[in-house]
Amino acid sequence: MPTFDLTITAIVIVGLIGGILGVCGYLTLGERKISAWMQDRVGPNRVGPGGLLQPLADGGKFFLKEEVIPDHVDRIFYLLAPAVAVGTALMALAVVPFGATIPPPEPVPITTPDAVATFEVQQKAYSESFNFVLAPGLDIGVLYIFALGSLAVYGVILAGWSANNKYSLLGSLRSSAQIVSYEIPLGMSVLGVFILVGSLNPEKIIAWQATAGGTPDPVLGSVTAWLRGIGLAIGDNWWIVLFQPLAMLLFLASSYAESSRLPFDLPEAEQELVGGYHTEYSSLKLGLMLLTEYIHLVASSFMVAVLFLGGWSLFGLESISSNAIVAAVLKLLILCGKMVGLCVFAQLVRWTIPRFRFDQLMNLAWKVMIPLALLNLLAVIFVKQFGWSLIVLTGVNLLLFVGAGVLGARTRGSITNPKRAVKKMPPGLPAGVTYAGR
Amino acid sequence: MPIAESEVTWVQETKLGLWEQLYIPALIDGLKTTLGHMVSRKVTEQYPEQEPKMPLNYRGVHRLNRDAAGRVKCVACYMCATACPAHCIDIVAAPAPAEWQKDGREKYPETFVIDELRCIYCGMCEEACPVDAIELTTLYDLTGFSREQMVFDKEKLLSVFDTTTKAGTDPVRTQAGPLGAASEVPPEVK
Repeated sequence: MPTFDLTITAIVIVGLIGGILGVCGYLTLGERKISAWMQDRVGPNRVGPGGLLQPLADGGKFFLKEEVIPDHVDRIFYLLAPAVAVGTALMALAVVPFGATIPPPEPVPITTPDAVATFEVQQKAYSESFNFVLAPGLDIGVLYIFALGSLAVYGVILAGWSANNKYSLLGSLRSSAQIVSYEIPLGMSVLGVFILVGSLNPEKIIAWQATAGGTPDPVLGSVTAWLRGIGLAIGDNWWIVLFQPLAMLLFLASSYAESSRLPFDLPEAEQELVGGYHTEYSSLKLGLMLLTEYIHLVASSFMVAVLFLGGWSLFGLESISSNAIVAAVLKLLILCGKMVGLCVFAQLVRWTIPRFRFDQLMNLAWKVMIPLALLNLLAVIFVKQFGWSLIVLTGVNLLLFVGAGVLGARTRGSITNPKRAVKKMPPGLPAGVTYAGR
Repeated sequence: MPIAESEVTWVQETKLGLWEQLYIPALIDGLKTTLGHMVSRKVTEQYPEQEPKMPLNYRGVHRLNRDAAGRVKCVACYMCATACPAHCIDIVAAPAPAEWQKDGREKYPETFVIDELRCIYCGMCEEACPVDAIELTTLYDLTGFSREQMVFDKEKLLSVFDTTTKAGTDPVRTQAGPLGAASEVPPEVK
């Protein structure tokens, strides 16, 4: 499909948006169900069998609610904000692969015999293949997603500023500070992946992970051979998470911050801010604002699956069938399964960790995550430059992680949580403290 | 009142070691707790299908108890109406019928009306009653279409007694004798 065809593109757009909106609807149900189960409740179970039609009821409710536009808002930006938020979130999905993909062929050196013929054959084969991605072969792929991810903050800022409400403004200021801060570790943690693969194209990143066992890496080659020897034919999958576990941790944490999920949900901390930046919105506009966060969650889960967890590859399971259609469906299911798993993990984490304080949040980004990402990047550069085995990166990542923990313990956690010096108090009242009436 | 010095404890913040500073072990610990709750038994009661079992001391709709002969137990002493902080009980007393008088009953309530909307369900009428004639049942889902429907007269209150005792949800909790201590002759007069 890489040759542009209006009909196919239109079908993919409709399918993609419909699918993503459906997934987001059911994520809201999943969120409510999981939170209910964790609190020993049953959760929504009245609409449809087991509450399965609850998202439809919720959506219908959003449509039927009265739409209130307060008099004190700046109407143009107030109406623009949800559109910007949803638009940028949906546009980011254009380059996210959601199924089987084939990377564009490498350029053919002109010195090879029949260079032109080889090139044409490769291009013909590529243009006849079908890629499960809206805009295939985009070489700046991941960069485009990051660009739109940082544009998404405009929706939040416009909503908070135009609402002319202190709580909305505070929420949007928090959100913009948080998103701008976490953009840096988010981008920096995946730089290592780009250097390893040598491309920003998500399809190439998946292909590298699916076949990295074939790269001339002595240690990995012997490990694969040994695994084959004991009968574990795991395919040639070497997911990047094996070499970059710390980068994946940083990316995951930053993407939670980007989509303002707990423990980083300060922009919409209900206990402090009424509702955050969408306090003044009602009806479907509120629905769009809430939907945006779920689209961000889905998009960032896809990104984690593509960048670190091998995309559509699953230890040879993806190539179990030689039938092209079955294989395509299998790869679609594997990638979407990974995405749903990551979304569910985010919801488990939501009800497990309490919210950070704002200074802790900022300290975590600037004093911990950015230096760690930078050191990890340095390690990747060294490994690539000197041609060491990729296993070195795993060790370096673990060392960095434990090293950060040791440093944190040595400084008594004052890196992320600066404290005043507290003198050790003897038992009883401190000297000079008396109570009234004595 | 000032806090006694002996009751004050000064607490130092706990020192976090390497394990806690790594944060991920703590996260896994937390996930263990939350996942444990996910699969544990749920406490939700499916209300309309599954009726809750109320404790016997629940204070719901009132009833007027009957005595062994099936007559209203109330002796129209007005103590419940006096005790009622919401003034929702209205009693009109009348001399008891001749055959009742043989059992020592002088008065009986000609009408006994409780405004269930005014009532605050404090249970003071039950406490005040010397003959255990008025009791609060475990009926919790009292509804009606008008205010008039929610004003319960003597027949209605007696029918509450009939239904609740027949259903077995509220056994008669009386501890006094057939007519209660108040209706009996004090010992020194005998």
